[in-house]
Parts: sequence; C-alpha cells; structure tokens
Amino acid sequence: MTGLWALFLSAAFVDNMPLTLFLGLCTFLALSKRPESAIGLGIAMTGVLGVTVPLNWLIYQGVLAPGAWTWAGMPDLDLSYLSLIAFIGVIAATVQVLEMLLDRFFPAVHAAFGVFLPLLTVQCAILAGSLFMVDRAYTLAESAVFGLGSGLGFAVAVVMLGALRTRLAYADLPAGLRGLGIAFVMTGLMSLGFASFAQMAVSQ
Amino acid sequence: MAARFDLWTTLTEPLIRQNPVTLQILGICSALAVTTSLATALTMSVSLTVVLTLSAGIISLIRRHIPDTIRLIVQIVIVASLVIVIDQVLQAFFADISRALSIYVSLITTNCLVLGRTEAYARHHAPVPAAVDAFGNGLGYSLILLIIGGLRELFGRGQLFGWQALPLADAGGWFTPLSLMLLAPSAFFLLGGLVWAIRALLPEQAEAPEHEPPADVRPAE
Repeated sequence: MTGLWALFLSAAFVDNMPLTLFLGLCTFLALSKRPESAIGLGIAMTGVLGVTVPLNWLIYQGVLAPGAWTWAGMPDLDLSYLSLIAFIGVIAATVQVLEMLLDRFFPAVHAAFGVFLPLLTVQCAILAGSLFMVDRAYTLAESAVFGLGSGLGFAVAVVMLGALRTRLAYADLPAGLRGLGIAFVMTGLMSLGFASFAQMAVSQ
Repeated sequence: MAARFDLWTTLTEPLIRQNPVTLQILGICSALAVTTSLATALTMSVSLTVVLTLSAGIISLIRRHIPDTIRLIVQIVIVASLVIVIDQVLQAFFADISRALSIYVSLITTNCLVLGRTEAYARHHAPVPAAVDAFGNGLGYSLILLIIGGLRELFGRGQLFGWQALPLADAGGWFTPLSLMLLAPSAFFLLGGLVWAIRALLPEQAEAPEHEPPADVRPAE
C-alpha cells in the first residue's frame, strides 16, 4: 500500500509532467492564461490519464507484449512495435467516448470543458503516460495510480501558472518579454521549486 | 520565377520570422527535453524534420481523398507509422542515442508541430509547397534546438559534441561547469531569453499585455 502511495506522490510531484519532464507544454502554456480554463484542463487531464493508462496496460499485456499470444500457439509473436498506433487509437477513442458520455449525462460539465477534451488526443503528456507505463513495467494497480498521480501533478502545476499569470497585470514588463517569454521564465522558476521535491524522494 | 520566389519564402519564413517554437508555440515539449547535449538535439532535429516533411507530403498527396470527419485519425496514423520507422532505424543504428532520447522519439507522434502544420498547411496545398513548408518549419525547429542544446552543453559540461571546448577546472583548466544548465529549469530560462531576444529584434511580434490591472484601485475582496 505504501508503495502505491509513494508512486502516486512521485508521479504527481517528483516527476511532475510539465515541470520536470517537459511533457504537455503546448497546452500547458496555451491554456494557462486564466485560472478558470486552467482548472478545466487540469480536471480533464486527470480524468483522461486515469482512464487511458490502465486501459492501455490491458491492451499491451493482452495483445501486444512479447508472448501475449502463447495461448494461441504463437509464443514468439512480438507485436510491441505496434504499441504506438494502438495507444494513440485507444486515447483518441477514450477521449471521444468521454466527450459523448459527458455530453449525454453532464451537459454542464461538458460545456465547461469546451474545446479542451478533443485537444487532449494530441497531448504528448497523455501518450507519454502510456509509454512510461510500458517502459517501467508497471502492474495494473500501479498504472492506474501512476495515471491519476501524473494527471493531478499536471493540474496543480497548470492552475498555479494560471494564477501567477493573472498577477502579471501589476508587472511592468519589457515589450518583448510579455506573454510567451515571461511564461517560460515563470515556468522555469516553478520548475526550480519543484526540483526540491526530488530531495524529498531521496531522503525517504 | 514568381513560383520559385514563393517557394523560397515558404522555406525561409519559418526560420526566424514565423519560427514554430518561439512564435507559434508548437513542439515545445520535445524542444526542451532533449537539449542537454548537442548530439541528442541534432538527432531529434533530423528525426523531426524527416517525419514532418514526409508526413506533410503524403497527407498533401491524398488530401482530396480524406473524409473531413476522420481526418485527424488518418493524419495521426500516417505520422505514427513514420515515427515507428524512424524509431526502429535509430534503435538499429544509433543505439546509444536512442537510449538517451528514450520515449521522446515516440512522442514525435503527438508533437503539435507535425499535426499543426499538416492541419494548417498541407491539407490545403499541393505536395511540393506542403513539403517545402514542412521542411522550413523543421529547420526553424532545429535551429532553436541546436542553439539551446549548444548553450546547455557548452556551459553545463564545457563541451561541444562531446569535445572539450572549455578546459575544466578539475582537469587543470579554468572553467567550472554550471550544473544548473543540465537541469530542467535552465531550458525554460534559455528559451524565455531566446523569445525575448527575437522579439527585441522584431518588435512587431511582441504581445499585448494579457491582463490589465483593474481601473479603480481597491483592496481585493
């Protein structure tokens, strides 16, 4: 149990997706101009990562992994080179299903997400979640915890950056640094702050 | 002559003026993650440029046959197939670099730069201009990657492509490496500074302030 909890914390803070692994930065920077949209993006990320990582685990272990077809008399069959296409397909389908379910049962939530949901199909952080899951050989429970943890870490970071950017109204920036430039510098400072979590993991 | 001139502009425009990383905010994830050394940055640049050019060309060739509703899936499958090929080639011939890049080569699939260019340009243009535009964007991306990779390797380790450019203090020289340069935050700082430098040279790219302070100054409730 403590193992899962440690994995959750390390996925959320030590290996924070945008700040230490540079994943999902495009949406991270583009949708953090206001805290409201940042919260929507954070919730959507947590939901999609929490669903797709365990789902892709089932597909990888059941169909693609080396030796997955032993029961059918083909122990040497290794389809793992197809995992990229399979994962992308699963992610696109999950996002689509999630969008339809929300639209049908929770129209208010669906309206709040707006354009973010379809965008998540091409979010590198989500694909990376599944690729890390294969790379680090997680179990099913671990992959679910890992997906939720990284989603939560992304949400925390994006909401913090969104809140910081609204405070920039009171800063008199040089013209060239406004917008993208200062967003990078602030992300860098946040990343320095998150680097201290790495020490926490070591001392544990 | 006019046509050739247009192609030339299409090729050179994304280098600085319409740079995909600093102006269009496309493909930033991979741009920062692989720039701890010049060798990985160069490999990533070449892989991305190849994937980008080929996918733009292929998608442009079949652009009249893709139904509009499922075009994203079709484009992603084409891009993913090309990325699988590149990944296998790297694993076969450049095993060390492939290991250093870990999952970031696979992540070219969801690199917003590739999908962004196919959506915005290749879908509406003939194969040759589409491929030229993609190649130009690939070069613009590579330029940024190589600048950042070069700076980080030079100041973080005192090396360029693994060759000791600045003599290290440990080995009797004068240069003490800045280990911050090899950590994540420095990539953000360098890219922020680069954006600032480009916008100082081209003031028309500067953005309006995102938020205005409230007109009447009262304590926040």
